[in-house]
Amino acid sequence: MITLSHYLIVSGLLFALGLAGVVARRNIIIIYMCLEMMLSAANLTLVAFSRFHVLAGLPDYSAQALVFFTITVAAAEVAVGLAIIVALYRSKQSVEVESVTKLQG
Amino acid sequence: MPALLFYLFALITLGFGLMVVLARNPVTSALSLAMSFVGLAALFISLDAFFIGTIQILVYAGAVMVLFLFIIMLLDIKAESDRMTNVAAIVGAIVLGSVLAVQIATVSAAHHQSDLSVNDAALNLVAAGNQMAATKTDLPTISKDLKAGILPDTKLMGLALFQQYGFHLQVMGLLLMVGTVGVVVLSKRDKEVAR
Amino acid sequence: MTPPAQETSASLPTLLLLLPFLTALSILIGHKLLKGASVVLSIASAALCFVISLMLLDARDSAPILLPFIEIGKFRIALDALIDQQSRGMMFIVTSIGLLVHLFSLGYMKDDEGKVRFFGSLSLFMFSMTGIVLAGNLFMMFIFWELVGLSSYLLIGHWFEKPSAAEACKKAFLTNRIGDFGFMIGILMLFMANHGDVSFIGLKSGFAEGPLHEMTQTHTTFMMLAALGIFMGAVGKSAQFPLHVWLPDAMEGPTPVSALIHAATMVAAGVFMLVRCSFVIEASPDAATIIAWIGGLTALMAALMATQQNDIKRVLAYSTLSQLGYMVMAVGLLAIQVSVSHHEAGPGHPAMFHLYTHAFFKAMLFLGSGAIIYACHHEQNIWKMGGLMKHMPVTFATFAIGTASLMGVPFITSGFWSKESILGVGFEACRPLFWVGVFTAMLTAFYMTRMFVITFLGKPRTENAHHAVEAPIIMVLPLVVLAALTVLSTFESFNRLLAAMIPNHAEGHPTVMIASIAALIIGSGAGFFLYKGKDSDPLNIKLFANKFYFDEIYAVIVKVLQDQLAWVVTGLERMFVDGIVARLPAFIAVRLGSAARVLTGGHLQAYTFLLGAGVLMVIYLVVFVLPQLGH
Repeated sequence: MITLSHYLIVSGLLFALGLAGVVARRNIIIIYMCLEMMLSAANLTLVAFSRFHVLAGLPDYSAQALVFFTITVAAAEVAVGLAIIVALYRSKQSVEVESVTKLQG
Repeated sequence: MPALLFYLFALITLGFGLMVVLARNPVTSALSLAMSFVGLAALFISLDAFFIGTIQILVYAGAVMVLFLFIIMLLDIKAESDRMTNVAAIVGAIVLGSVLAVQIATVSAAHHQSDLSVNDAALNLVAAGNQMAATKTDLPTISKDLKAGILPDTKLMGLALFQQYGFHLQVMGLLLMVGTVGVVVLSKRDKEVAR
Repeated sequence: MTPPAQETSASLPTLLLLLPFLTALSILIGHKLLKGASVVLSIASAALCFVISLMLLDARDSAPILLPFIEIGKFRIALDALIDQQSRGMMFIVTSIGLLVHLFSLGYMKDDEGKVRFFGSLSLFMFSMTGIVLAGNLFMMFIFWELVGLSSYLLIGHWFEKPSAAEACKKAFLTNRIGDFGFMIGILMLFMANHGDVSFIGLKSGFAEGPLHEMTQTHTTFMMLAALGIFMGAVGKSAQFPLHVWLPDAMEGPTPVSALIHAATMVAAGVFMLVRCSFVIEASPDAATIIAWIGGLTALMAALMATQQNDIKRVLAYSTLSQLGYMVMAVGLLAIQVSVSHHEAGPGHPAMFHLYTHAFFKAMLFLGSGAIIYACHHEQNIWKMGGLMKHMPVTFATFAIGTASLMGVPFITSGFWSKESILGVGFEACRPLFWVGVFTAMLTAFYMTRMFVITFLGKPRTENAHHAVEAPIIMVLPLVVLAALTVLSTFESFNRLLAAMIPNHAEGHPTVMIASIAALIIGSGAGFFLYKGKDSDPLNIKLFANKFYFDEIYAVIVKVLQDQLAWVVTGLERMFVDGIVARLPAFIAVRLGSAARVLTGGHLQAYTFLLGAGVLMVIYLVVFVLPQLGH
C-alpha cells in the first residue's frame, strides 16, 4: 500500500537531488533548473499533505492554493532569473559560475 | 492508484531528475527536467490534485521549460567544457544530498501519519456534497458533482482561491506585473554600460 | 453655564498662539509674493492679538489643553495654556507693547531693505512670547523659551552685514544657551521629583502635598539645585550676572526690537517664569537667598556701569539690566519672606508689578531713543546730541515722563510705587539688600538725569542734532500711547484690570519711603549739577566705562580654558581615540578579514555548499537535538 511517507520520501529525494545539482554544476542555467526541481519537490510534499488531511470528506484545498501560488511565483522567478542570466551572459560572455567573481574578498 | 503506477512515476520523476544533474549538455538537462515534471504531474494526479497536476504540465513542463530551452538556444550554450571537473564540488554535492535525504527520510518516517495510506484517508464525496448543498446553496454544480461521486477539483480550487485567498491572488497579480517590469528593465541594453 | 465659558477660554489662547504663528509662517513662505503686504499682515496680527488679549482679561481662570503631542502611558506632554491673573496681565503687556512697537517700526524701518524679514521675525517673536506667557507646563515653556531665543537672535542680527551685529547676535544666542542648559536641567530635576508632571498646577500641588513636599525637608540640596537650575534659565534670558554680557551688545539690533524684546518683554520673561515657579524657590531658602543676592548684585553693577556709558541705547540697556536685577531680587526676597513666615503670598507679586510698570516706561524710553536716533541720522552718542528739547517737543515730553518713572519720582509715577513695593519687601526680608536697592535707586536717578541733561538740555553739539526734527506721526503715536499707559499705570483704578500685577499692599515702612526719596534727590541733584552745560564727561571712571572688564575677563577665561582643555583632549585623543578606539579595532578587523578571506573566495559553488551545510546543520539541531533536550 502506498502511504504518505512514500510520497514524502520521493519528494525528499527529489529535493536532495536538486540540492546536489545546485552545488555540483557550474552552468548557471542548469543550477536554475535544479532550483526549479527543489521547488517542485516542495510542492509534492504540500499536495501529499493536502490529500492526507481530509476536511469534511474533501482534500485540504488551502495547501493546494499554496501550491498554486508557488507555481506562480516560480514562473515569475524563472522569467526574472533568466533575464538576469541573459544580462550576465552579455557582460561575461559565459554562463559558468566561475565567471562571477565579483564577490571575491 | 495501483502501487505499481506510483513506483513507475516516482522512478520517472527521480530518474529524469538525476539526468538533469548529470547530463553534460544543457539541452539534455532541460528535456530531462520536462520529463521529470511530467512524472511529478502524474504523482499529483495520483493524489487527486487534478488541477495542480494539469498546471504543473502546462506551466512547468510547457511554459517554463520552453523558456529554458529558448534561453539555452539563444545563448548557444555548449556542453560543459572538458576542463577538469571540480571534484570538491561533486563530493560536496553528494555529501549534502545524501545527508539531506537521510534527514528527510528520518523525519517523514517519524511523522505520526506516515503509514497512512490513501485508503485510510478516503474522501467522502457524497457526504461532502450533501453538506455543501445544505450550507452553500449558491454552489449547485459543485454539490451536484459531489453527490454524483465526482471530485470537481478545479471548481473547488477556484472556490478556495477566490473565496479564501482572494487578496493573495491580487498580490500574486502584482508580483507578476513587477516581474514583467523587472524582466523588461533587465533585458534593456544599457547604453552607458555598453559604451 | 460653565461649558461655554470654558470653550471661549480654550479658543482664545489658541487663536492668540496661531495668529502670529501663521503670520510668521506665511511671511516666511510667501515673502516674495506678499512684499509690502506682509508688513500689513504682521501689524494686523499684532493688533488682533491685542484685541484678543483684552478679551482674555475678562476670561475666567482655566487650564485648557491646546495641542496634545506626546502621550505615552501616564507620561504626557502637551501644549496646554494656563490662564490666570499672571498670564492675563503679562499677555496684556506683551500684546500692547508689541502692537505699539509694530507701529513704531513701520516708521523706523521705513527705508530698510530687510523690512519684510524684520516683520516676519517680529511675528515669530510675538508667537514665541505668547507661548511663554500662556505655557501651562515647563516643557511647553522651554520650547517657546528656545523660540524667543531664536527670534531674538534673528532680530539682533537684523543688520547682519554689520560685523558687530553679527557678533552680538551670536553672543546673545550662545550666552542664552548656557542659561537654557541650566533651565533644562532644572526642569528635568523637577520632572523626576514630581513623577513626570511639570505643569504649574501639578507642581504647585506637588509642593503643597505631593511627592515634592517631603523632599523639601529631606533633600534640601536637591531642591536648591533644582531651584537654581530653573533660575539659570532666568539668568540667561533676563541677563543676570554673570550672563548679563549679552544684553548691552544686543542693542546692535534695530531700536524697536530693543524696546520690545530687550526691555519690555523677552528679558522680562525670565522674571515672569521665576514668578510662575515661585513655589520652587520658596521651597529652598538657600536658593532664594542666592537669587536675591544675584539680583541685587546685577542691579548695583549695571547701575554703576550705566553711569559711564555714552551711547544712548547702552545707557538704557544697562538701566534695563539694573531694573531686571531689581525684579529678580524681589523674587528672591519675597521667597525668603514667604519661607520664613510660612504664609501664602497673594496673587500679586512686587516683581510682576515692577515688570509691568517698567515694561511701559522702558519701552517708551527705548522708542524715544529710537526717535532721537532717527532724527539725528542714526547718531547714538549722547555727547553729539543736546538741546533736543526744542526740536523734538513730544519726544522730550514722553522721555521726561519715562525718566521720571524710572527714577521713581514719588507719588505721581508708577515706577515709584513698584520700586517702593520691592524695597518694602527688601526692608522686611533682608536689610543689606534693601540698602543695595536704595543705593541702586540713587545711581539710577544719577545716570538718568545725566543722560536726560546731556541729550535734551543745553545746546546742540553737532550739525545732526541741530537739524533734528520731530519724528513722523507713526512713530510719535506709540510714544504718546505708552506715555499715557505709563501715567495710567500709576493709578489703582486702571490697575484693577491687571490685578495680578499689584502686590497686596503692605504697610509701607516710613524708612523705605524716606530712603528712596532721599536717594532720588541725591542722585538726580548730583547728575543735574555735574552735567549741566558740560560738553564732555567730567567724570572718567575707566572701570565702569569698560563694564568691569567682564568681556575681557570672559575672553581670557574662555581662551585659557579652551587651550588647557584642548591640550588635555589632544592627549586623550592620541592615547584613547587613536590607540584604542581607532588602531586596535582596525587591527582586529584586518586579522579577522584575512581569516574570513579564505571563506569568501568568490566561488559561488562554495557559497552554495556553505549555505546548504548551514541549512542541514539547522535541521539537525532543530529536529534531532532540540527534542532530546526536552523542547
